[in-house]
Amino acid sequence: MSRTVTLQSLDPRVTRLEIPAEQQPFEGVPEGSHLQTFEVFHQAKSGARHIHVGSIHAPNAELAMVFAKEQYARRSQCVNLWVVKTSEIITFAPEDADLFATTPDKDYRDASGYKVMQKILAWKQRTEQQQSQQSQ
Amino acid sequence: MTADHRAALEDLLFRMADDALIYGHRNSEWTGLAPILEEDIAFSSIAQDKLGHALALYHLLTDLGNPDPDTLAFTRDEQQFRCCHLVELPTQDYAVALMRHALFDYAEQNRYALLEQSTYQPLAELARKVRGEIKYHVFHASTWLRLLGNEGTDESRMRMQAALDMLLPYALGIFEPSPYEQELRSAGIFPGEEELKQRWLEDVVPLLESAGYRLPAIETIEPAYGGRRGYHTEHLQPLIEEMTVVFRIDPDAEW
Repeated sequence: MSRTVTLQSLDPRVTRLEIPAEQQPFEGVPEGSHLQTFEVFHQAKSGARHIHVGSIHAPNAELAMVFAKEQYARRSQCVNLWVVKTSEIITFAPEDADLFATTPDKDYRDASGYKVMQKILAWKQRTEQQQSQQSQ
Repeated sequence: MTADHRAALEDLLFRMADDALIYGHRNSEWTGLAPILEEDIAFSSIAQDKLGHALALYHLLTDLGNPDPDTLAFTRDEQQFRCCHLVELPTQDYAVALMRHALFDYAEQNRYALLEQSTYQPLAELARKVRGEIKYHVFHASTWLRLLGNEGTDESRMRMQAALDMLLPYALGIFEPSPYEQELRSAGIFPGEEELKQRWLEDVVPLLESAGYRLPAIETIEPAYGGRRGYHTEHLQPLIEEMTVVFRIDPDAEW
């Protein structure tokens, strides 16, 4: 491959690469050369739950930790990360979404279905009355 | 502080600051070009950290009566720089960039660890502040070193070994003795380059050997000295010209 004519760029870093000015045909990515993906969970404070923030490519677990730190913990506050191989995550199949289809109809399972607010207000009123009687 | 101690401290700070600036700039050349996206971001982020260390160190020099950090970084001549040759070398092969990263950052980690005990409090405080960042830099470097060493392929091993063989004399140049070793020790500012080199060897030799690299006998290698006295490789001046081109267009511009 002749290296006499190289790509000249306004970016000196690109010029330094000595890329041949004649483009070579793209031969594709070799089979099996893709990196595996990992899922990243971010913990903002000690004791807080880890929250899934996205995924990354990495060649192994240690570099997954390195890359997770860079992608997801280089700006906002962070005390810890979990990194899990995507292939290790156990999940329902997308076609099993019908398992959950009727859940939104079951509003009797919502916490808001319990009429407790009146009881709380009555209790507050009672204790306030007792306190004011004691102070008099 | 006596005048001798002050001169010794300034010499140490210029070595460290110039190392961090030139090394950070060299690594930033990989931004957009590193082998994979995630690594590109990681390596760029480490380069940014190094520029941050340089800025903090130039600030310490400013506090000692030197010009402001921008003036120190962007207006000095090549001969006024005190960086070692290792950080000046251009890297067209990512294997060289990674091997230099490991060799340099283990020295940085040990240097700052020693400086946590420095009697010069501003430097001791800075050393404690950057501890976590440098721990991460070393983790990044050592992970790649193992992955491309005996966990890697024939090609990765060959390229990393070639990088190591090429870089070792330059890496030993980090520890070029200072004319102020005696002053630094007697004032409790820094225990000296020789002690630093011994600690560095205790880290680097087992790591390299366990990762499958061949190491020649260290005492047979001629270190690349000169950088700490202002004698540099042919690569530093073009780097300074490129690094300062925007600054020189308008030195008084507000950014």
